[in-house]
Amino acid sequence: MKILVGVKRVVDYAVKIRIMPDRSGVFTEGVQHSMNPFDEIALEEAVKLKEKKLATEVVAFSLGGPKSAEVLRTALAKGADKAIHVQVSDAEAGKLESFHVAKTLQKIVEQEKFDAVFLGKQAIDDDSSQTAPILAGLLDWPQALYASKVEDGGSGHMKVTREIDGGLDTVKVKVPFVLSADLRLNEPRYATLPNIMKAKKKPLKNIPITELGIDISPQTQTIEVTEPPVRQAGGFVEDVSALVAKLKEKGFVKA
Amino acid sequence: MSTGIDFNLSSDQAEFRANVRKFVADEVIPVAAEYDKTMEYPWPIIKKAHAQGYLTADIPEAYGGLGVDMVSNCIISEEMAYGCSGIATAVMANDLALTPLILCANDDIKKRFLGRMVDNPFVASYAVTEPGAGSDVAGIKTKCEKKGDEYILNGSKMWITNAGHANWFFVLARSDPNPKTPSGKAFTAFVVEGDTPGLTRGRKEINMGQRCSDTRGLTFEDVRVPASNVVGAPGEGFKVAMKTFDKTRPTVAALATGVAYRCLDVATQYSLERKAFGTQIANHQGVSFLLAEMAINAELARLMTYKSGAEVDAGGPGSYYASIAKLFASDAVNQAATNAVQVFGGAGFNTEYPAEKLMRDAKIFQIYEGTSQIQRMVIARQLLARVAQNGGY
Repeated sequence: MKILVGVKRVVDYAVKIRIMPDRSGVFTEGVQHSMNPFDEIALEEAVKLKEKKLATEVVAFSLGGPKSAEVLRTALAKGADKAIHVQVSDAEAGKLESFHVAKTLQKIVEQEKFDAVFLGKQAIDDDSSQTAPILAGLLDWPQALYASKVEDGGSGHMKVTREIDGGLDTVKVKVPFVLSADLRLNEPRYATLPNIMKAKKKPLKNIPITELGIDISPQTQTIEVTEPPVRQAGGFVEDVSALVAKLKEKGFVKA
Repeated sequence: MSTGIDFNLSSDQAEFRANVRKFVADEVIPVAAEYDKTMEYPWPIIKKAHAQGYLTADIPEAYGGLGVDMVSNCIISEEMAYGCSGIATAVMANDLALTPLILCANDDIKKRFLGRMVDNPFVASYAVTEPGAGSDVAGIKTKCEKKGDEYILNGSKMWITNAGHANWFFVLARSDPNPKTPSGKAFTAFVVEGDTPGLTRGRKEINMGQRCSDTRGLTFEDVRVPASNVVGAPGEGFKVAMKTFDKTRPTVAALATGVAYRCLDVATQYSLERKAFGTQIANHQGVSFLLAEMAINAELARLMTYKSGAEVDAGGPGSYYASIAKLFASDAVNQAATNAVQVFGGAGFNTEYPAEKLMRDAKIFQIYEGTSQIQRMVIARQLLARVAQNGGY
C-alpha cells in the first residue's frame, strides 16, 4: 500500500492569532508556522503502518508557497520516504480552498498511483474539514473520516474506528481509500536530529501548479475576518427578588 | 550580494532550533519546577533527549554521532537551558566529558567510549576540579603512577557534574611529582570506567540552583587504569583539559543566554498581565526599562555566543571570544534573573512562580567552567599579547 499524506503549513497552534487592521485576514508575516497538528497525526499513522509492513511507501504532499518546503522536510524527518511540493505563490496560497487542494491531490494520486490518501481531519487555520470528503468524491473512493484507530481489515480492506457522539463507529473500507485523522489516533513522534540530517538525502519533488493544469481561481470571497466578540462583564444584583425581576425583564423567565 | 557578515542561521541550524524548542516546550518546561523541588536526576528526560540525538550531536560521524558544528551545539544548549538549566547542565556536562576525547583521544578510545554513548543513553563526567583546586587547575593533587602497562590513581575530585550516574569519567591527574615541572608536562589525562574498583562516588551535593543536576565528590584509592586509556600523550593532560574549554565555553555561554531569554519571556509575559495603578505594569516606565535592559543583554549575549562558536568552527584559537561570551552571558543572566524577580514583585520571591528558580539557577554561570575572574584573566592575557605584538588592538 502506497500512502500519500497531505501536510499543510499553518500558523503554529501556540501563536495568539491577530487580525489584520483591514479585516482581510490574520497576520502571518514573521509568525511561527508549523505542520498542521492533525496532518502530523495522519503522517504518524502512515509511518506506523509502514513500520508494521502494512504500507510500502509514505509520500508527503503539500500545496503551498515556498515555505511549505519546511513542513515537507519535517515530514521527511518524521519518516516519509519522499515529498512532493506543488508550488504556488504566497498570495495564491492564502486564497486556496479545500476544493483546489482536493483537485491537486486527485491529480497526484492519478499520476503516481497511490492506494490511500491520509489527511488531517481539518487544518487549524481555516477549519474547513472538507479536503478529505471532496477528494473521496473526486476519486470515487470510500472514505474513513475522523479516524481514531486504523487496523488491517483483511482481504484488501482496512478497519477504521471513528469517534462519534456517544460511541464508536467501526467501518471497513476497501483499499484504495481516503482517511482523515482525528486527535486521538496516535501521538506523533518528534523528529530526531539524526533523522533531520538523513531527511536531506530524501527526494523532494517540486511541481509548479501550472504544470498540473489545475484552476485555482477562488470560488469564495472573504468578506471580513474579525476577532471573536469580547465577553461582556456580568453585573451584580441586590437580592433574589431583584434577580428574578431582571430575568423576567430580559425574558429568560415567564412573567 | 554578500556584505561579508551573515547573521542568518543555516537551514540545519534553524531546523535544530525549532526541533529542540518543541521538545523543550513539551518535555522539559512542564516538569522543570518539580525536578528543582525533588532534586532527582532527570533520567526520563535525559533518555528522551538522547533518543533525539541531543546528547551526542557533536560526536563525529565516524563514531556514530552527527558531527554538528559549534554554532549548532550552542543553539541546542541555549534551547535546553531555556527550559531548565539544571537539566541542560546534566546534558552539557556530558558534552564536557566527550569533548577531550573528541579532540585528543586516539581512534581506539574514541571507538570504545564515544560509540557506546551513541548506542546507549549513558552520561559521562569531566573530573578535573578538586577540593583544593578549582580555577587553579595546575594545583590538582590527584596523582598517577605508571606500573607496567597500568597507571595507579590516588586522590579525590570535587563538584563533578553527573558523577553519580556517569558511565565513565575523564580524569586529570598529576603524573610528574616534581613541583618544578611545567604544567604542560606534569599531568596525564585518562578515561576511567565508572565501575573500576577503588573509585568511590560521594553523596549528591545540595546546591543553590540547578538542583536536579547531579554534583558529587569522587575518591580514587589505588584505581588501576590501563595505559591504553590515556587521552592524548602521557604528560600532556593539562593541554587536553584546557583545549576542552575552548570548545565548551561557547556552549556554557549558550546555556546562560538561554536562561536570560527565559527571564525576559517570563518577566515580560507577567508584566503584560499584572496590573497596578490601573494599568498593566509593563506600561510603567520603571518596569519596561528593566525589560528593555534584559532584551539588550540577551541579544548581545546571543550574538557573542554565536560568534565564539563560529570562531571555533572556523578553526580559530577560540578562547578569547569564548571567554568574552561566557563572561558577558553569565553577567547578563544574573542581572536578568534578579530583575525578573523584581518585575514579579512579591510573587518573584515565591516558589509558586518561575522567577526565583531562574535567579538561583543563574548564579553558577559566573562560577563553573572558569569563574568570571578567570575569564577576565584569559581575556586580559590575550589582549596584552595582541597589543604587545601589533602595537594596538
